Amino acid sequence: MRTIAIAAAIAALSSPLAAKTINVAPADGQARLQEALIIAEPGDVIELGAGRFALTDGLSLDVPKVTVKGAGVDKTTLDFSGQLGSGEGLLVTSDDVVLRDFAVENSKGDGIKSKGADRIVYHKLRVEWTGGPKETNGAYGIYPVESRHVLVDNVVVRGASDAGIYVGQSDQIIVRNSLVMENVAGIEIENSFNADVHDNLATKNTGGILVFDLPNLPQMGGRNVRIFENVVVDNSTPNFAPKGNIVANVPTGTGVMVMANRDVHIFDNMLGNNGTANVMVIGYRYPYEDAKYDPVAKGVAIWGNQHDKAGFDPKFAGGAQIAERLGGSIPPIFWDGAGGDEAKPWVGDLVPALSLGLADLKASPESAVPTMLPPSTGTVTELPKIVLPEAMEAAVR
Amino acid sequence: MRWLLAACACLFLALGARSGEAQVAEINPPLLSAFAFFDGGADRPAPNLIPYTLNTPLFSDYAEKQRFISLPKGARLTVDGAGRIGFPVGTTLIKSFGYSDAGGKLKIIETRLLIHRAEGWVTLPYVWRADGKDAELKLGGTRVPASFLKPDGEAMAISYAVPNKNQCKQCHSTKDAITPIGPVLQNMEFASPSAEKAFLAHFDNPELILVPTMARWDMPWSGTIDHRARAYLQVNCGHCHKPTGSASNSGLFYDDYKGNAAALGIGKRPVAAGRGSGGFDFVIDPGHPERSILIHRMKSIDPGIAMPELGRATVHDEGVALLEEWIATMKATDGTPAS
Repeated sequence: MRTIAIAAAIAALSSPLAAKTINVAPADGQARLQEALIIAEPGDVIELGAGRFALTDGLSLDVPKVTVKGAGVDKTTLDFSGQLGSGEGLLVTSDDVVLRDFAVENSKGDGIKSKGADRIVYHKLRVEWTGGPKETNGAYGIYPVESRHVLVDNVVVRGASDAGIYVGQSDQIIVRNSLVMENVAGIEIENSFNADVHDNLATKNTGGILVFDLPNLPQMGGRNVRIFENVVVDNSTPNFAPKGNIVANVPTGTGVMVMANRDVHIFDNMLGNNGTANVMVIGYRYPYEDAKYDPVAKGVAIWGNQHDKAGFDPKFAGGAQIAERLGGSIPPIFWDGAGGDEAKPWVGDLVPALSLGLADLKASPESAVPTMLPPSTGTVTELPKIVLPEAMEAAVR
Repeated sequence: MRWLLAACACLFLALGARSGEAQVAEINPPLLSAFAFFDGGADRPAPNLIPYTLNTPLFSDYAEKQRFISLPKGARLTVDGAGRIGFPVGTTLIKSFGYSDAGGKLKIIETRLLIHRAEGWVTLPYVWRADGKDAELKLGGTRVPASFLKPDGEAMAISYAVPNKNQCKQCHSTKDAITPIGPVLQNMEFASPSAEKAFLAHFDNPELILVPTMARWDMPWSGTIDHRARAYLQVNCGHCHKPTGSASNSGLFYDDYKGNAAALGIGKRPVAAGRGSGGFDFVIDPGHPERSILIHRMKSIDPGIAMPELGRATVHDEGVALLEEWIATMKATDGTPAS
């Protein structure tokens, strides 16, 4: 008895206020749902009832330690087909938030964005533009940015005109167990530090998994990213990104692509049927003015991957000519040569790998002098596994 | 042991009773009249409110705005080098939004409060009842049909959006804390010289008050095209597009005049614009407003494209014209003739 009573007392005292559940049903409407997101207090659970919420404006949550939970990914839908305002469907700007068991459909801009939201958990969610790949679809499906500790687990994103799952300018990230299809980029880790991307299926995107670093942003020098045990196959959807966005330059048929990042390890994945390449490593080949930015990809290591056919329809400028010279297709792994030998990726896979020999970042791909990369020697020091705070893992168990 | 369990239960009940909507209502009155800022109508402000206008205001769907400051008794104010005013706890900034009807009578739709409490600034949106006598708190925001004539005479009928409490914060945040935006001393105008003198008497550091006046975006006599365009960008974009604001991740900053060319968007590629890019490569393509993303987003009312994100059911034609002119005067970097 003593133990139970004391446990109860501790529970009562340690919760900031008695946590409660706020139920919201589709019939309650936009204002009631938004009000629930405003009056919620730390510890509360907002339960979204089954059905379709027809929304006219973006929703937002700015209270920490709140869980927003639907009745299931195919039961509760936040439908933004009639959206009149806001740049995204749902915006989260507070820490320790868990989003789970609901779907977001047809938002006019991004699907779910979280900004400066540390320890956010995205679990069992679906974000979808139901008309399939279209340039008029929103940019990002799941979009955490400027956050420390991010967990994306068991989500489905389809139709994003930029990236299905995009993590930007963040630190300590796990993206896993998710399905991304018919987006321009399936998963994109950009200007971020310390990410594990594993056990995902990326298929029928333009590019499956991208790791980029871009200039003129508050956080640069993206590094320490592990891409492992993913299935990245048949990324064949023609690029439908609006021109001007960086992903509009991703060649259709890209499996995994690294641009200007440091220390990216790609291992134990199943890669295949990607017409441009299974793995592509390149520098940032655009004019920019930013003295703090390094445009060269360095410290990329590739090993233990299974390769099915690739490089049979390379969609980058000059790619077809190179394929022709090499007998109809290019090797499944290629590097543009940016940065020279010092930046050369370490390749342990038992498939051919190509350098385009474009050490000069200003040289056009048409002027490539392709050579096969000799087998890599020596060993690679593996990057550490990302471990998120236990409460985040507990939220998805 | 039993008493301890009972005590726990009581604690739960007590805390439960204070949480949720009841607590919100207690702190945030459901009716605007509780504050006594207006005497039975938006057109009857209390005599102690200090009205002011701005040289260059934020565009909000052509709404007409009325701004007031309510200061606590004996308030002392400060101003920093950038003209930002430090208001004491107890201050409320009050802003009403509405449109004039065909007869020229201004009908106020909503009044937003920015209240400086001990724990920080708090935003509360109130929507006036149909009879115009009192306004109701709408934490979750709402939409109201509104019709008006644009300056060029075009009749508009829009779904006017009253922002929810979080949307207030989206614009009013600096490093996650809510802050006022409008009352920057060099941008403020008062009803009369004596009203201005009375307001300035609240400051202890009058030497800082002599900051240069901000250009009026629409008045060529008030500054060069560059001054007026930057004043417009600072007021309409700089509250989010600053290193501590909601758009910090964009790397596109309009909060001050010190930014480098890329931070201002000149020759800068979009980061997370999506279809906001409109198929163009640069935020500002010097000499070419017709292919600058900034102009494309200002000209759109599609929520996936439009900038700013709020208060933009209509395009600000005159603001677009100003920034088009500004970009057209920039020297093209690719050797093409300016448009």
